[in-house]
Amino acid sequence: MYSPQIILEAALNGLMTGAVYALIALGLTLIYGVLHIINFAHGALLTCAMFAVWIAWAWLGLDPYLVIVPLVPLMFVLGYGLQRFIIGPASHGDDGNILLVTLGLSIVLENVLLALFQSDTRTLDTDYSFQVVALGPLLLSYPRVIGLGVAVVVTGLLWLVLNRTDTGKAIRAVAKEKLGANLVGIDVRHVYAITFGLGCACLAVAAGLLMPTFYVNPRIGSAFVLVAFTVVVLGGMGSLPGALLGGLFIGVVESLCGLFLGDSLGQIGIFLIFIAVLLVRPTGLFGAKA
Amino acid sequence: MTARDLIPIAVLAVLAALLPLVVTSSPVMNFLVFTLIVALGAQGWNILGGFGGQFSFGHAAFFGTGAYVTAILQLRYGVNAWAGLLLATAAGAAVAWAIGFLSFRSGLRGSYFALVTLAFAEVFRILANAASFTGGAAGLLIKLDVHPANLQFADRAVFYWLVLAFVTGVLLLTRWIQRSRFGAQLVAVRENEDAAKALGVDSLKVKLRAIALSGAVTAMSGCLYAQYFLYIDAHIAYGSWISVELLLAPIIGGVGTVFGPVVGALTLHGLGELAKQFAGRIPGIDLIVFGSVLVLAVAFARGGILGLLERLRDRGRGMVARGAKEVSHAGR
Repeated sequence: MYSPQIILEAALNGLMTGAVYALIALGLTLIYGVLHIINFAHGALLTCAMFAVWIAWAWLGLDPYLVIVPLVPLMFVLGYGLQRFIIGPASHGDDGNILLVTLGLSIVLENVLLALFQSDTRTLDTDYSFQVVALGPLLLSYPRVIGLGVAVVVTGLLWLVLNRTDTGKAIRAVAKEKLGANLVGIDVRHVYAITFGLGCACLAVAAGLLMPTFYVNPRIGSAFVLVAFTVVVLGGMGSLPGALLGGLFIGVVESLCGLFLGDSLGQIGIFLIFIAVLLVRPTGLFGAKA
Repeated sequence: MTARDLIPIAVLAVLAALLPLVVTSSPVMNFLVFTLIVALGAQGWNILGGFGGQFSFGHAAFFGTGAYVTAILQLRYGVNAWAGLLLATAAGAAVAWAIGFLSFRSGLRGSYFALVTLAFAEVFRILANAASFTGGAAGLLIKLDVHPANLQFADRAVFYWLVLAFVTGVLLLTRWIQRSRFGAQLVAVRENEDAAKALGVDSLKVKLRAIALSGAVTAMSGCLYAQYFLYIDAHIAYGSWISVELLLAPIIGGVGTVFGPVVGALTLHGLGELAKQFAGRIPGIDLIVFGSVLVLAVAFARGGILGLLERLRDRGRGMVARGAKEVSHAGR
């Protein structure tokens, strides 16, 4: 049997991994909520961001947390461009097509990275990669504590952008009623692209937070994207608080499943939840009725 | 079905069957066999995705089930390989029906259906990778024992003919579906499920029949894959690569058409090989081509290659008709 302390530590560690899942899912759910599309390229875009962090560290010697600052606008521009000039025009506004276009994009991105960097796994190390924070009798990984804090702050910021700015108002208008938004003079294509850009900017933050403790290879994104789908579905497609809570919950589930079932089966709990939620309540815990 | 439906299939099958008499190089035969196996699985996808409009992102679940069932039956229970093929196909149909029952009954459509199939395939992959019954991460090696009774042939051409026979069989099946009442109902469900229901189509039953057929055909291709390469592991059999391949081929070739999956598989793998020849040893170059072709096909050729050809033909006919008109005017 495991002592309560081990279980508690595993749960807390899972909570902090979950924070990064939440960030990834935040981008996905935002894009879903507004564009009503499932972005299959999300994982590949995360991989791109992670490679960017690694390159900045390896070639320029920049601290991964510092890289987040320039990477956020870069990823925003990349996302904006992708939606405005590739995904939007190529899919002719059809859901099935968008699914396929983003799938095609993810295949291309993933394999361009593979061609450039080979399939080697890369890590970076910082002074604080293995630092721990003591919380009573519990030892918590320092980068993960940072991750949890930043994830909460970013969710808050995103909420503020959506609820307190004109752009946010436009985004919400488009999400609710595309045609009506267009009638009152909102450029829907521009709003779509901005939303997609915001979703990608979340990935920049997630990448910066992940890299001190994680590794990167061209295929890593697909591991995260399935988890992120689960989080989004669990939290309700399009719901920001749902994504945050869903991410934290999934992190804990994964960590505890890993503890009890072993590493190779650790992820199975996630997928079973995913399937169960899809089958029983596809609108998720926080989603509006479809 | 009329003779007009059957003749193109028969002609193509005979032409393809003559190919090994001309081509003897073993890399080319390997390429053809692999491409045909993918085409067969893609034909399975097309029954559900093309005619039924239910886009599965997890056909690996059926491909892998076919591969694992035959391998395990042969290795652990000494079952004959042909019987294994039969049972694997049945298992594919059963797994597909079960997944279909769960997801269609909950009313999952579109993106949600795509996601749930993807998740099922992942669950199978993780389980197959962890269980000792399936050989775990080391995978399963089917014993090399070349004999027609073991579905192993000394000559690659024989295996090519075998796969070709299956592909031709499914071409006929697809043509039959297209012409049958069941096919009409399936297309009706694709175009507008609510309207189809209102007209008395039992949409759940129709979709379940389609997914079971689809799973059976794809499981067959998985079984043939295992039988040809004699090795499978969880990442091969249940990996997302095969889900993607099986979905790409019909979409590139012409989704919901009889020949689409075969045309698509040949085109994609042909392009992939060309890219490899030109670009040398860059890893993933064929997949870069696949992904780009997918985006381009969705953007510019919504009916795939066959759709493009049809449009060109119509345009050509239009020009001929216009030309004839002008000639007759000039003559007056």
